[in-house]
Amino acid sequence: MRSGVIVFPGSNCEHDVYHVLKHVLGQSTRYLWHKDQEIQDCDLVVVPGGFSYGDYLRSGAVAAHSPILAAVRRHAEAGGLVLGICNGFQILQQANLLPGALIHNRDLRFLCVDAWLQVERADLPFTRGYHQGQVIRIPMAHGEGNFQASEEQLDRLEANGQVVFRYRIDNANGSARAIAGIVNERGNVLGLMPHPERAAESVLGNDDGLAFFAGLVESVAASATSGSPLEVA
Amino acid sequence: MSLSPSSDAAALEAVVTVYPRPGILDPQGKAISQALERLDFDGVTAVRAGKVFTIGLEERDPEAARQAVVRMCETLLANTVVEDYEVTIRAVVSGEGES
Repeated sequence: MRSGVIVFPGSNCEHDVYHVLKHVLGQSTRYLWHKDQEIQDCDLVVVPGGFSYGDYLRSGAVAAHSPILAAVRRHAEAGGLVLGICNGFQILQQANLLPGALIHNRDLRFLCVDAWLQVERADLPFTRGYHQGQVIRIPMAHGEGNFQASEEQLDRLEANGQVVFRYRIDNANGSARAIAGIVNERGNVLGLMPHPERAAESVLGNDDGLAFFAGLVESVAASATSGSPLEVA
Repeated sequence: MSLSPSSDAAALEAVVTVYPRPGILDPQGKAISQALERLDFDGVTAVRAGKVFTIGLEERDPEAARQAVVRMCETLLANTVVEDYEVTIRAVVSGEGES
């Protein structure tokens, strides 16, 4: 799997993702600069966490209009894989690649804790390393991770199976329906607030996140072997 | 002040306010509301915390200016999933916005 990890001014999780893909999983991985016009030959584009452009105006709002996002949009429209983590999730929402909004945490506090996530579906390239209903422990660290959408939109997300990760035990940021991660209708663009890349090596005390990336590698390898486009089952 | 377009029409600026839509959880507004209550300011029914932008414009026609600023709001300034915005177009107060 060839991956590109986007770097914005203010990104701070790009190397974590790069490390997991390149050094832990041995995959071809490169950085993409926010001013780049192309994502080149990447199978997967990762929009990493951080505070892109200082999160001025609104988290992700400025990054959503950066040159690289036009290339990400083309990649997504062609069925390519796009993953947004934390600030990356906010950016994909601001770019209208994912629905809903992420607002201030319910208690207005920055939350840096482990989250327990239930995997709601395991048929996506992003989740094939897990089984449906599995509960995993993934760290999160954000001030604006409170997922909100209109009731109709929430119902639609549920009906379409677009809710992929849900907080279990504690929905600390107050997200509607405890939503921690969603996918677009087509199943190729996923955003989540917690950080699987921070829990992908046993030396860190938690490797629940490794299957996330290993599953992506498997998916891309499988679709290359079968010659079929990468689609959700 | 006249806002009709003409060659010597006043320079315009937009004042944009963006705030959480009613019904959307507004933790900042709620915290401020509670603080006002603690300070014994009675009779506050609700507080919404938002943002204000003033935007200097080259456009001298108020209606064209408004349309341009609405596009700015829809594209960037507001998150229309959870926020409302209001646009006011006004003549630039003398000494501001013009060199």
